Amino acid sequence: MLFTRSGEPRKQKKMEDRSKKSEEICPGKKGKLDLVTVRQQLDQAHGPEYWRSLEELAGSREFREMIDREFPKGASEWLDGVSRRGFLKLMGASLALAGMTACTKQPLEPIVPYVKQPEEFVPGRPLFYASAFSMRGYATPILVESNLGRPTKIEGNAQHPVSRGGTDAFAQASLLDLYDPDRSQTITYLGAPYPWSSFLEAFRGPLASQKALAGAGIRVLTQTIASPTLADQLQAFLKLYPSARWHVYEPVNRDNAYAGAQMAFGQSLETQYKLDQADVIVSLDADFLAGGYPGFTRYARDYASRRDPDKSMNRLYVIESTMTSTGAKADHRLPMRAAKIEWFAHTLSSLLAADTGARTQLTPEEATFASALAEDLKAHRGSSVIIAGDNQPPAVHALAHAMNQSLGNVGQTLVYTDSVSASTVNSTDSLRELVSDIRRGQVDMLIILGGNPAYDAPADFGFAEVLKSTRVPLRIHLGLYQNETAELCHWHVNEAHYLEAWGDGRAFDGTVSIVQPLIAPLYNGKSIYEFMALLSGGSEASGYEVVKGYWQKQHSGADFDLVWRRALHDGWIRDTTFSPKSVKLKAGSFPETTAFNPTSIEINFRPDPSIWDGRFSNNAWLQELPKPMSKMTWDNPIYIGPAMADRLGVKTKDLVELELEGKSLQVPVWVQAGQPDNTVTVFLGYGRKRAGRTGTGFGFDSYQLRMSAIQWFASGLNIQKVSGAYELASTQGMQSMDAEIGRRPLVRETNLDKYREEPNFAQEQEPIPDQTLYPVLPGWDYSQQPYAWGMAIDLNACTGCNNCIVACQSENNIAVVGKDQVNRGRHMHWLRVDTYYQGERDKPRAFFQPVPCMQCENAPCEVVCPVGATVHSTEGLNDMVYNRCVGTRYCSNNCPYKVRRFNFLRFQDWETPQFKMMRNPNVTVRSRGVMEKCTYCIQRIAQHRIDAERTDTPIKDGELQTACQQSCPSEAIVFGNINDPNSKVAKLKRLPRNYSLLGELNTRPRTTYLAEIRNPNPRLKQSEQS
Amino acid sequence: MAQIFHRSTNTISRATIFGGVFVACFAFWVALKIELSPFSTYAGVARPQPVPFSHQHHVSGLGIDCRYCHTSVETSSFAGIPPTKTCMNCHSQIWTKAPMLEPVRESFRTDRSLVWARVNDLPDFVYFNHSIHINKGVGCNTCHGPVDRMPFMYNYASLRMGWCLECHRAPEKSLRPREQVFNMRYQQPTPNSPVALDNRVFSDQLSLGLYLVKKYKLRTKADITSCSTCHR
Repeated sequence: MLFTRSGEPRKQKKMEDRSKKSEEICPGKKGKLDLVTVRQQLDQAHGPEYWRSLEELAGSREFREMIDREFPKGASEWLDGVSRRGFLKLMGASLALAGMTACTKQPLEPIVPYVKQPEEFVPGRPLFYASAFSMRGYATPILVESNLGRPTKIEGNAQHPVSRGGTDAFAQASLLDLYDPDRSQTITYLGAPYPWSSFLEAFRGPLASQKALAGAGIRVLTQTIASPTLADQLQAFLKLYPSARWHVYEPVNRDNAYAGAQMAFGQSLETQYKLDQADVIVSLDADFLAGGYPGFTRYARDYASRRDPDKSMNRLYVIESTMTSTGAKADHRLPMRAAKIEWFAHTLSSLLAADTGARTQLTPEEATFASALAEDLKAHRGSSVIIAGDNQPPAVHALAHAMNQSLGNVGQTLVYTDSVSASTVNSTDSLRELVSDIRRGQVDMLIILGGNPAYDAPADFGFAEVLKSTRVPLRIHLGLYQNETAELCHWHVNEAHYLEAWGDGRAFDGTVSIVQPLIAPLYNGKSIYEFMALLSGGSEASGYEVVKGYWQKQHSGADFDLVWRRALHDGWIRDTTFSPKSVKLKAGSFPETTAFNPTSIEINFRPDPSIWDGRFSNNAWLQELPKPMSKMTWDNPIYIGPAMADRLGVKTKDLVELELEGKSLQVPVWVQAGQPDNTVTVFLGYGRKRAGRTGTGFGFDSYQLRMSAIQWFASGLNIQKVSGAYELASTQGMQSMDAEIGRRPLVRETNLDKYREEPNFAQEQEPIPDQTLYPVLPGWDYSQQPYAWGMAIDLNACTGCNNCIVACQSENNIAVVGKDQVNRGRHMHWLRVDTYYQGERDKPRAFFQPVPCMQCENAPCEVVCPVGATVHSTEGLNDMVYNRCVGTRYCSNNCPYKVRRFNFLRFQDWETPQFKMMRNPNVTVRSRGVMEKCTYCIQRIAQHRIDAERTDTPIKDGELQTACQQSCPSEAIVFGNINDPNSKVAKLKRLPRNYSLLGELNTRPRTTYLAEIRNPNPRLKQSEQS
Repeated sequence: MAQIFHRSTNTISRATIFGGVFVACFAFWVALKIELSPFSTYAGVARPQPVPFSHQHHVSGLGIDCRYCHTSVETSSFAGIPPTKTCMNCHSQIWTKAPMLEPVRESFRTDRSLVWARVNDLPDFVYFNHSIHINKGVGCNTCHGPVDRMPFMYNYASLRMGWCLECHRAPEKSLRPREQVFNMRYQQPTPNSPVALDNRVFSDQLSLGLYLVKKYKLRTKADITSCSTCHR
C-alpha cells in the first residue's frame, strides 16, 4: 500500500548517509545537487513517498537541514558586513535604548472631515462597487472594496453568472498596479513632460491633414479588444477615415484557436466548455485550470464541482508539453513534446472513428494511453470534452472540434458562440502587415493603444528597430507605463488604470460588465475610450459619456436609466450573454501532420504563470508569487526534465546557452520533474529593460528567441552548457514540514476504488481528540462557545492557481521582500501552496496543498512565547499581538507547520504615499522585528461579529468569508463556525476523508484537509501506478 | 603591599551598590509617572483647534444631540467628524458674520477641509469600534467625560490599555440603559436616585449592570479580553 511503506528503506538511506559523510566533507561537493548522485541514490534507496523537490527525493543533506531549521539557512543571520567593533557598538546602543522603546509619545495627529460628505459614505465602513478586470479581452467580474474612496481590495463578484465569486491572481494583483509609483504619471514628448494641451495641438494638425487622405497614413495598433464600446469607437473611426487601418497584436494570442475553428467550421468561433456536465475531460496541452485561461474562474469551479468522490466524479486526462497545474490535477498525465500532440490527436481521432490509423509516431506506452482514452471517450458520448491548448497548431483545434462533434458533445459539454474579441484577425499577420507598411513608408501616424510591441513582438519583425527609424513621422503611445515602446514613440500619453476610468468588457461567455472607476485618475491619465473619442470625434469626451452613450444607443426602451443603474449595481448587463451557435463541420479531412524529429530538442514558449506576457513585470505581488510547479519567484529559468538534464550534464542553477535559428540567449536551468524529455520550456515576460523599479532587469528576455513562424514551440534548439551559475530564488523546499517516512504523509490521497473500500484511509493515525493534560485555557470548552472558527481545505478541488496567496497579501497588507530576501527564505506570504510530487521523476504525479496557519487549539507556538504575544482567543483562534511581539522567534521555531513569518527587516514601504492609500485600514502594518502569520482574517471576523451583535442575529454561514476563501475559484477553501453542525465547514469536517496535518503531534489544528481522491481509468491504472 | 584604597571606600562602594538600586528604581518610577501622566497621555489637555468650537455651548447650551454631528457612531467603528456642511446648516443663518467662524465659511467657500487636531487618538494597532459600545449601553461620557462642560475639547481618560481593560474586565460597573447612552447628565443609580428600567427599579449600579449584561447579551469577560478583540 502507498502509505505504509515502512521505515526500513529509510534506515538503509540513513546508514548510507553516514558512510558518505566523510566524502561530503569535500568542499567541492558541498551544497550542490549532483543529479548523477541523485540517480544513484534513487536506485539504491527510497526517498519519501511524496516529495517537494528533487533534493528531497534524493534525501540530500541540504534538504534535511531545511526541514530541521525554522527558516532556511541564512535567513536568521546578519548578513551585511559588520565589523566586530561595529557590532559591539550596536549591541551597546540597543541595550541602553531597549527600555526606552516603550516610551514613545504618541504624535499629535490631524483629523480632516469632508466639506460636504458624499451620500452613502460612512467613514469606517467600506463600500463595494461592481466592476470588471480585463486581460486578453476577457473580463473577470469583480467587486472592489473602497475605503473612503480608496480601492483597497478586489473580490470576485459572487452574484455574477460567470465567475460566481472567484478571481484569478492577476485580477487580485491589479490593485497594486493602480498604486504603482512607477506608473507613467505625465504626458511626455521625447521624454520631457508636456501638458495635455500641447499634445492636443501636436496631434490635431496631422490628424486634420489625414482627413484629406481618408486617413491613409493612420495606423492604430491595439491589444485584443472585446469591449463593445471600444469596438464601436474603432468602427466609427474607420468609417471616418476609411483608408486607415486597425491592427491588433497580442503576444499570448488565440490565433490558433480561431484558425482551428476556421478550419473546422469556416468561421472564427469561441468554444465554451461546460465542465460541470463532463465526465471525461481531455486536455491537449490546454492549461485551463490556471489563471489567464479564458473562463478560468468558471472552469475551475465547474471542474471542482465534479471532484466530489461521494458523488459522480469526472476524469481528467492531460497530454501536455510542460508541467502545468492542470497536468498536476490530471488523473492521467502524459508528458509529450508539443509537436507530437498533433500526432496524438490524429491517433485519438482515428481510434474514435474505429479506424486503426496509420499515424503511429507514438511509443507503445503512449499508444496504450491513447486507446484507453479512446475507449473511455466512447463510453462517455455526450458527456466528454476535448480541449485543445492555444499553443497547439490549428489542426489540433480542428481535430478537437471534430472529435467533440463525433462524440456528440456539442451542446452538451461545450457550445460554440461568437468570438468575445471584437476582431479575430491573426495577431501575428496583423503586426507583420503593419511592419511592412512602415518599412514601405506608408505610415504617417502610428497610434499604439496599450501593449508593448517593442518588447514582445516576434523577434524577426524587428519592431523596435522599425519604430526607432524615422519612417513614421508621428508615433503616439498610450499606456500605463513608460515602457520599451513608449521610449521609442514621440508622444507618450499616460493611461488611466481600469480602476480609474469608465469602460466595459465581456466575460468569456459574452456577458457584458461595465467597468466603473473607483477613484479619480491619480495622475490625470486618459482612458483608451477618451483617447478614441478624441481620435474619431476630434473633441474631448469623458469616458462616462462615451460608455453610457454607447449603451444608451443599444437600449431602445425608455427605462434605460433603470437598466444602467442595475448594470452598475449587479456588475453585468442582462441578456448580453452570447447564445450558442449551431455549426456544421466542414467536409474534408484535416491537413497532414507535420513531421518532427524526436531526437532534436524542442523549445516551448509559455506565458509566465505569474507575470503573464510581461505586462505585470512591475507588479511585485505577482513577481514574488511562487510559480505553481517550480515555486520560482522573480525569474524565468528554462525548465528541463531530469533525464535530459542528466544527459546534458546540467543541474539547477547552471547557465546554458540556447541557440535557435541563429539567435542565442544565456539562461539558467531549473530541473523540473515532469517536463517531457527532449523539450525545454521557457516563460515569457522577463528580461524587461524599462518595466519600472520592480521589474527591470529580472530574468531573461525569451522573446528574443520567439519568431513569428514559431510562436509556441520549435524543434532544433541547441543547448550548450556555459560556465557560471545563476542564483534562482525558489521557495520550493523552504518551510518544509517534517513528516518522517513511515509516519503518514502530509498530503494524503488515494484512488476512487480504494476510497470506496476504505473511506477512512486518511484518518489513519489521527489522534484521539482531547489527549492533553494541560488544556490551553483551563476550564474552557470551545464547543460551548457560540463560535469556533475552523477551515476545511479540499485538496481535490484546489488547482494550485495561487489566487488565494495574492488575495491574502492584498487583504492583510503583506509585504514583498525581493529576490535576494526570498532566496534567504524571508518571504512573507501567510499562505503558501505546497506542491508535492510522487512517483517517477520524469512522470510524477503532483498535488497541491495550501497551508495557512492551522490555528491549533493546542498551539506549540504559544507555550514558548516569553511575552505572551501569541495567545488563544475564546473562539479558538491563535491570536498574534504585534505590539507585544519582541521578535524572539521562539514561536516560529516551535511551529511544526512553519507558517510563521518574521519581519527580518522593515519590508513595508512606509514612505511612498501611494502605498499608504492601498493598505487595508483594518489590519496593522507590521514593522521590523515582528512575527506575523495568518489570522483567519480576524478583521473580517470582528466586523461580522460586531454587526451580528448589533442586530442581535447570529453570523450566518457563508456570510463571513476569509479573503482566500472568497476569491477561490474552485471553492477549495471553506471557512466557518464548526460549532454550528449545519455549517458547510462542519459538514466537510465530518467527511471520512477529512484529516489533520501532523495531527499526530496533538496540536488539534482548526484547519483540516480533505484528502485527494483521484479517479484513474482502470485500464491504465496498472501501467501507471506502482 | 600598601592598601590602594582607603577604608572609607568600602562605605562608598556599599552606598553606591544600594544607591544604584535605589537610583534605578527611582528612575523607573519617574519614567512610569511621566508615561502615565498627561504629558504623555494628553489626558485633560485641551488642543488648539482652527476654530474654537465649544462642546459646552453646543451640547448643554443649545441641547444638540451628539449624533447630529457624529452621525456614524451607532453604525460604524468611527463616530464621524462633521463635514463643514453640518456647521453651515446653522451658521449660514446665524452668526454669519462672526470672525471666529471665518475658517468655517472659508472652508465651505473654497471646498477645502478644515484641519482639526485629533483629540481622542488611539494607537494604530488598536481597532476600537464605537457602534458596538453604543449598542451595549456604554455612555458617551463614560469614556469621553463631561463633554457638555468642555469649552475646549480634551481627552478625559488616559486611553491606555489598562484603562480599557478596567471596563472590559468588569463591564457591569459602567453599563447604562441604551436610552441613556447619549444623556450627558446621566447619573448611575443610587438609593436616592434609582433608575427604572423594564418595570424594575435599580438602586445601585451593580444590580443594574448585571441586569444589562444579561439583557444586552454581552459576551463573556474572557471573550472581550481576548487580544484579537482590539488588536488585529
